[in-house]
Amino acid sequence: MDDLVNISIADAGIVTLLGYAVVFIGLILLMAMMMIMGAIMVSRAKKAAAAAPAAAAVPAAPAAPKAPAPGSAGELKLYDTDPRDAAMVMAIVADTLGKPLNELRFKSIKEVKEDEV
Amino acid sequence: MDILGTLRDLCLESGFAAFFVTDGGWKNLIMILIAFVLLYLGIVKKFEPLLLCGIAFGCLLSNLSYFVGLGENALYHPELWEAFLDEASPYYHSYGHIMSNAGLLDFFYIGVKAGIYPSLIFMGVGAMTDFGPLLANPKSLLMGASAQLGVFIAFFGAVLLGFTGPEAASIGIIGGADGPTAIYLTTKLAPQLLGPIAIAAYSYMALIPLIQPPIMKLMTTDKMRKVKMEQAREVSKTEKIVFPIVVSTFVILLLPSTAPLVGCLMLGNLFRECGVTDRLSDTAQNALMNIVTIFLATSVGATMVAQNFLNISTIKIIFLGLCSFAISTVGGLLGGIVMYKTSGGRLNPLIGSAGVSAVPMAARVSQDVGRKYNKTNFLLMHAMGPNVAGVIGSAIAAGFLLSVFG
Repeated sequence: MDDLVNISIADAGIVTLLGYAVVFIGLILLMAMMMIMGAIMVSRAKKAAAAAPAAAAVPAAPAAPKAPAPGSAGELKLYDTDPRDAAMVMAIVADTLGKPLNELRFKSIKEVKEDEV
Repeated sequence: MDILGTLRDLCLESGFAAFFVTDGGWKNLIMILIAFVLLYLGIVKKFEPLLLCGIAFGCLLSNLSYFVGLGENALYHPELWEAFLDEASPYYHSYGHIMSNAGLLDFFYIGVKAGIYPSLIFMGVGAMTDFGPLLANPKSLLMGASAQLGVFIAFFGAVLLGFTGPEAASIGIIGGADGPTAIYLTTKLAPQLLGPIAIAAYSYMALIPLIQPPIMKLMTTDKMRKVKMEQAREVSKTEKIVFPIVVSTFVILLLPSTAPLVGCLMLGNLFRECGVTDRLSDTAQNALMNIVTIFLATSVGATMVAQNFLNISTIKIIFLGLCSFAISTVGGLLGGIVMYKTSGGRLNPLIGSAGVSAVPMAARVSQDVGRKYNKTNFLLMHAMGPNVAGVIGSAIAAGFLLSVFG
């Protein structure tokens, strides 16, 4: 490529192909790095999750409590309620109160039948 | 006292008369009308109003003041910047000459010319962007890469239409759908085209909800559009903190010319994620971003003086810009379709069109089109992955073009 200002069509074709390839190669390499980074983080998280209940099990020997999900405030009991409906109810309550969902604690949700009202 | 003569002189010295008695003055009148149209589009139609209002008003001011005092009091002096770029001129790359003769908008424009504003805007974008969806699904980067197709096809098309290499590169980057990147590259390679390229880039970004859906419908089947994607994994805080450091190191080492854009983008993101610089993150997202947007928009608008804007090149740029956007959308969707096939139909290819950047507008379009075909489908967070990948992809494309033509 002699003259890049008055570039020939053939040279423009080469730049087009090369440029697109460079973008792909750059992002593929970045993807590989991110996948490796993700794999390391996930394995570390798994190890930490596995270590946590084991540590908790030492003082309370017989019944090791089930590890709650990250950010969870405990288990929610559902009575005659579909999990999807429960999720909707919790979202509506959070929206009505103007509070983030992770700052609220729901202990149980029970469907009230019409004849119970 | 010759009252009639005085009145005649007053009339002739006024800007109103200058439109008609000055050689080519009518062109400035047309530019003022174009500024009115752009103001209408920004204010009434809400086409990227934060930028279009400033660009349109900058255009209005520079064309209004063009005749005042025969250029002495003009707010923007294209001739100063021509001398700044002319290697044969004694004022080649002389900011001192600019500073001693500049109007207000020339001072603003120094920030564009030096590449300061686009980089600072990128810092704000980084501070506002959650890269979590990309970290949860790094394969999104492939869609961000494939959506850069329009950049290079438009570059080739521009060469075919007779533009020089650096001009064609600046036109092609419109397809990156990233305003600051387009402005940064154009300022470096073809500053004389800054006005039309900025207008094309921001106008088409505002028109993404109109440009993309027909192409998305054309390229995907009903079955593809209805695919519900699984929830992505949760991304840890550590990953989010490490990400900007890794990306900066890797991308800048790969293409050093991307350093200002990628460096600022990732610095802003680090402010957001590290958890100890909330004040800086807040400033980058809000106050700094708003201040820089004002300077950037008005100074880019100021470059739209009639003598630079009203020519056949502008029409070609507007046309190539549209092609570039459309082809980038096609590229992103092709990437999405390939991933749909390779994932066994678990990925909705509609998120591929979000790879054109234009954060978050393009992701919203994927969400809206997806929901039209499956009411229970929520593609927004999935589409944010290719969307932010597109930002990195367009910065790499710009870095490549800068290293070739810069």
